Order: sequence, then structure tokens, then C-alpha cells
Amino acid sequence: MLPTPSTSHVSFDRVYEPAEDSYLLLDTLSSESEKEFLQDRFTHSKPPTSTPPKNSPSPLIIEVGSGSGVVLSFIHAHALTIFGRSDILTAGIDVNPHACQATIQTIRCAEKEQEVSKTSHGFYLGNVAADLTGALRCGEVDVLIFNPPYVPTPNLPSLVGDPKLSAFDADSHLLELSYAGGEDGMEVTNRLIESLPGILSRDRGCAYVLLCAQNKPEVAKEGIRKWGSRWMAETVGSSGKNAGWEKLQIVRIWRESPPISTT
Amino acid sequence: MKVLTLNFLTCAVKACKTTSASFPLVPKECELVSDTIAPNPTLLTNLLPRVDWPALGSIAVALGFPSLSPLPPTPADLENDTKMMADLHTLLLETQISEGSLVCANCGHEYKVKEGIANFLLPNHLV
Repeated sequence: MLPTPSTSHVSFDRVYEPAEDSYLLLDTLSSESEKEFLQDRFTHSKPPTSTPPKNSPSPLIIEVGSGSGVVLSFIHAHALTIFGRSDILTAGIDVNPHACQATIQTIRCAEKEQEVSKTSHGFYLGNVAADLTGALRCGEVDVLIFNPPYVPTPNLPSLVGDPKLSAFDADSHLLELSYAGGEDGMEVTNRLIESLPGILSRDRGCAYVLLCAQNKPEVAKEGIRKWGSRWMAETVGSSGKNAGWEKLQIVRIWRESPPISTT
Repeated sequence: MKVLTLNFLTCAVKACKTTSASFPLVPKECELVSDTIAPNPTLLTNLLPRVDWPALGSIAVALGFPSLSPLPPTPADLENDTKMMADLHTLLLETQISEGSLVCANCGHEYKVKEGIANFLLPNHLV
């Protein structure tokens, strides 16, 4: 098992604390089957070596809702094991500026650990505060990771907190943004999913989105497959089985790549 | 945020998405910091194909760096030109924007950068 990055420096009063959902993402992304999928897609040499094939552009990995940074720094630190190459570009997005700072710090700690043990890591671009993929240029993201606010709630909190809120209420608002998902817990996730055809890279783009049973994952997957014959959506990781229902699952969304051109 | 981040960002205003003027965002009054990063020719060679070269050229000038060559270097150019390799290493891998703004050339909206984090959350009237 690959070590989990430390997040002990993060203040969990206003940033989502890593929980079962975060760990399911780590386990899924480092599973044998996902490593194989990612290495097939982004590296054509096996077993992993530190030299990626010439002229294969560095993949761009973006985590939306990076929170404490535990998932992004895990991928960043273990790039060579997961992708078969360490020349990956990583970046985080979060609506909560405190979460952006937390991610930056967690990445820094993870990089130090890797450097102490003389192992490689990816190249971290930074974090931006934004609403989902709204600030991203079209067609650039190769791997998008999203652990959404998936809890069904009667209302969605506004993206920007009222400046008149007390410090305690401002923190509560930020935490609410990290879990409150509106109707079926899907209002935020649906907006993210709708943006995927535009922001994922044409030939290599794929996304990992976490869903819970109340999100009606089968409906979500069917919806994506209707985008066109190349679009795929499959459950590639799950946890918390309860009478045949997966409590949490990771759905991989991708376009089957066209045949690789040799020119 | 690294200067290279600008290669992947545009204005967050919906109406700007369809215009070419919303990319790249133009750095304005930016404070820069420099990290020390070990030379990494593999990374530099493999990230260059995805860099919009004309956009990077305008960003470099806006940040006070010397202007770039009109055409992007090929992997062979890069291997043979240690100065170009070093300059791109500094610009793309080592330089961070810590404070300042990023301006959309289409709508003029300024996105503030504070402590290295650019804020793309729009005021209500622009959402």
C-alpha cells in the first residue's frame, strides 16, 4: 500500500477532513486495474520506468474540490507508480480559499517526504479558487478528479459567504459547501459532469467522480453514455456494501481513444 | 501559482469563453517569487508540446522577462541550446506569481492573486 500524505497541519474547522470517501479515491486510483488503465493511456512502456516515451506530452491532472489536498498530493507523490511517469502536471481547484492554502501545504509536505526518500513526484502548478471547472481552458484536462458535495440537502449554500457572518458561521458555511449537494445530492455534481465534454482533452481525457447510493449512480452513468458512442462511464471502485447497495462508488468517465497514430 | 498555470486558465465569465481574447489572461502588477528546482529536461521537453507558445510569449513580456523566439523550440533545439533550456526552466518551472491580478482582455475583469492563489469566484452580477 502506498503511504497516505499527512494532513495534520490542516484546520478542519473550515476545510473538509479526509474521510472514507477520500480514502476510497486513493484506493481506487492506486488499484491494479486503474494503474493499468492510466499507464495504458498515458505511458506506453511497462513496467514503469522514470523515462516516459519521447514526445508524449505531460498529462495534466486536476482535482476539483481539492480540500485538505490528501487526494491530489497522493497522486502527485506517487505519480511514477500510478502513471508510470513522474513528469505529470498537477493542480487543484477549490471554492474555499482556506482549502486552497491547505492543499498547497499538503503538497509541499508530500514533496518533502518524497525528496527525503529520494523518490520522484509530479510538477505542481498551484491551486486556484473557482467554481468547479469555470476557470479552465477548453480541452486541456487529462485526468479530472472530483469528490463532490454529494449529501442530499433541501438547499444549496451560496458560493460566496455573506461577509457579515460571524467567524463561526463563516466556517460552517465553508464546511456546508464541502458536503451539501441539493436535490439527490447531485446538483453540484451534475454541473461538473455537464462541463466534462468541454474541458477534458480530446484523446486522453478521463474523470473520476465519487457518488453515493442516494445520488442514483446508474441514472448518472446512463446519462453520460448518451453523449455519444465513444463515451463510457463505469464504476471502478466501491465501499460500504449494504444489502447489495454500494454506499460509495467511484465512477470513471472517459472517451474511448481513437487508434494511436504513428506519425 | 506557477507561470505555467496561465496556460490552462481563461476568464470565468461565460460570455468570454467563446472569444479568443479571453486567453491568455494578462498578468498585471504581479509580484514574482522564484523556487529553486533541479533541472528536469524530460519534464520541460514533455510539457512544451502543450504550451500555447504565442500566449507564453505575451505572458513572459508582461512579467518583464525577455521576449521568446517566434517559434517554439523542437526537442532537438532544446537539447542543443543550454541557454534556452535554462531560460525556459526559470520561466516555466521556477517562477511563481504571488500577488497581483490576471486581466481578461475581452471583458476587462481582474482576477486577484493573493498568497499565490488566484480567485476566479465571480461577483453575482457576472455569474
